[in-house]
Amino acid sequence: MKPGAAKRMRLAGMIRKESLQILRDPSSIAIAFVMPVVLLLLFGYGVSLDARKVPLAMVVEQPDASTASLIGAFRHSEYFEPQSFDSIQTAQQAFDLHEVFGIVWLRNDFSRRLLAEGDAPIGVIVNGVDANQARITGGYIQGVWQAWLADYARRHGVKLRAPVMLEPRIWFNAAVRSRNFLVPGLIAVIMTLIGAMLTSMVVAREWERGTMEALMVTPIRIGELVIGKLVPYFLLGMGGMLLSVAMALWQFDVPLRGSFWVLTAASALFMLVALGMGLLLSVVAKNQFVAGQVSIVVTFLPAFILSGFIFSIGSMPEPIQWITYLIPARYYVAILQSLFLAGDIWPIVLSNSAALLVMMVIFLGLARRKFHKRLDA
Amino acid sequence: MNTLQRILALAVKELLAVLRDKKSRFVLIGPPIAQLIIFGYAATFDLNDIPLAVYNEDRSVPSRELVARITGSPHFQLVATIDHDGQIAPLIDNRKALMVLHLGPRFSENLKRGKPAPAQVIIDGRNSNTALLTLGYLRTIFTDFNIAWAREHGTPPPPAILKIRPWYNENLLSRWFIVPGIVGLLTLVVTTIVTGLSVAREREAGTFDQLLVTPLRPVEILIGKSVPGILIGLIEGTFILLMAIYWFEVPLRGSLGALYLGMFLFLLSAVGIGLMISSLAVTQQQGILGAFLFLVPAVILSGFATPISNMPEFVQQLTLINPMRYFLIILRGVFLEGDSYALLFNQYWPMLIIAIVTLAMAGWLFRHRMN
Repeated sequence: MKPGAAKRMRLAGMIRKESLQILRDPSSIAIAFVMPVVLLLLFGYGVSLDARKVPLAMVVEQPDASTASLIGAFRHSEYFEPQSFDSIQTAQQAFDLHEVFGIVWLRNDFSRRLLAEGDAPIGVIVNGVDANQARITGGYIQGVWQAWLADYARRHGVKLRAPVMLEPRIWFNAAVRSRNFLVPGLIAVIMTLIGAMLTSMVVAREWERGTMEALMVTPIRIGELVIGKLVPYFLLGMGGMLLSVAMALWQFDVPLRGSFWVLTAASALFMLVALGMGLLLSVVAKNQFVAGQVSIVVTFLPAFILSGFIFSIGSMPEPIQWITYLIPARYYVAILQSLFLAGDIWPIVLSNSAALLVMMVIFLGLARRKFHKRLDA
Repeated sequence: MNTLQRILALAVKELLAVLRDKKSRFVLIGPPIAQLIIFGYAATFDLNDIPLAVYNEDRSVPSRELVARITGSPHFQLVATIDHDGQIAPLIDNRKALMVLHLGPRFSENLKRGKPAPAQVIIDGRNSNTALLTLGYLRTIFTDFNIAWAREHGTPPPPAILKIRPWYNENLLSRWFIVPGIVGLLTLVVTTIVTGLSVAREREAGTFDQLLVTPLRPVEILIGKSVPGILIGLIEGTFILLMAIYWFEVPLRGSLGALYLGMFLFLLSAVGIGLMISSLAVTQQQGILGAFLFLVPAVILSGFATPISNMPEFVQQLTLINPMRYFLIILRGVFLEGDSYALLFNQYWPMLIIAIVTLAMAGWLFRHRMN
């Protein structure tokens, strides 16, 4: 038999064996297809940075027409759910119990100053514990205030003097929906998990059942063993990936402005990196307790916190930014966010794909070498 | 032997099983410290050095003054000055700049004549949160500029002004919000893994059946297996707590006792969940998978990074069975709001119920899931 033909045969046999194993044990199919759906549904709806119906306490010490119009402006905003309180003390009690997120306080001289010299203060207290939420809510409150000022000026025939007018245009996500930005990132987080889970199970199972030694005495080469193990799980993972993309598009209405094929190619590359990482982990870690801890430490938490999926990398301190270069999900998140929302931005797609390619070579190369050592031992 | 001695013997054996192995010992100490430091710095929503490009067609004193106000702020950093429209798209598309400020040629003319002078701002919305925050920073700068301009030129101020004061976190540092959360995050991960494998390990080795035929009663086994998890969790939690206070300098304003009561109840429920997973699992592999399947949603749906109040109603209901949700409120309440026992009562009892239910289930599963 020619060496080429023998190689093909060994490889085909290995892939066939792995595929049969997948078909007989439905747990990996469940991981590849059921998990992305469940996780994406749960997190796609659960993870949101858009504040809505924020409960606000309204304290008006001397109600009249102008305070009523201001309170009305809050009431009509979709972001707020105002509740009236008689005094600042009762409002503060509700604030301490987290029943309201903030207090809008109009003191008894509000209307007098409004009509006389201007500069009437609208006192606002927000709970600053969640700094991000406080900032965003503050922005919404500013929006309500500015709209009310313009409306007030119109009704009183005064010319509103706002010398410079800010005219913002948000590109790629005009409605500023946090879901459009979070769902593509979630796909990266979920795929990191699934890739690592699928492969870490594969090798450990062979060792556990003692079938690894049986494999070792066959003429199969290490490279073929690695490829044979990867191919079926790669296909499974890509199936889960397509499912996630379909859900992003049709379940969560995230637009896909780039090309589907670029997305598929980048996803295939990332899938190989994730599988390679899982394979390496399962080959290296001898103790399962260690393997469990390590796989959570190196896959889920970094993908969640260091990938730019939710916390922007540009705001992290320099040394932490260097660490993020080691996280594969970082590159995939950058590609996904651009492909979904902006389009085929080639400089971003190509530079990040190149980084993924390097990581793939490193992970798979290392996994193959570590495999080799085990054989000798 | 009395009950106490028997439990003690089992607890010591359990602790040794985890701590004897050098690698396991390292895994319990090394990664949590590294994670605390890395995540403590990385997990921030605050923006600094937002890359900014300026397209100023006006080039007069007022427009330069406005630009200087923005570039002088610690939040922004000027990365490019451009002179025609075509340069905007590549800068934004390639993420070289997060925003472009465009002032038209008639900007200062309009301003001096008292006509509204528009300032166009183009922001990259791929990250909706940074887009909103950038807009917030800009609004503040523009309002200040307008007030200063009005004062200098004798025009009347706006009829009403807004004064927003954040309480408990006056400078709105997101580190003060995130770092106490990491205390909960890391103790949960460590405790679930330690207990999640404890029964499965014995099942795999076949020693669990032996344990069942010893004079130890199931309740004693349950307690003996819980003690090491709680002990490791308490030590780990205390260490992270000290780091949060002394390294990250998050102010601790409330009662330490209220915090530790919360931590104890939290660990109890985490141990209950871990033991339940462990007694359901036949192999350690399944134990790890089960721990994973619990940890991932427990972290994401806890309010650690994104607020629970933003979630849809049915997901909010789901978070009620997540012990981390309650512990995060306790941590942040004690650290920043200075809460004491009474205010946190509604966070204590749900964790106690979760702990009782999961521990009881775990104890029942010990006996009823043989092979």
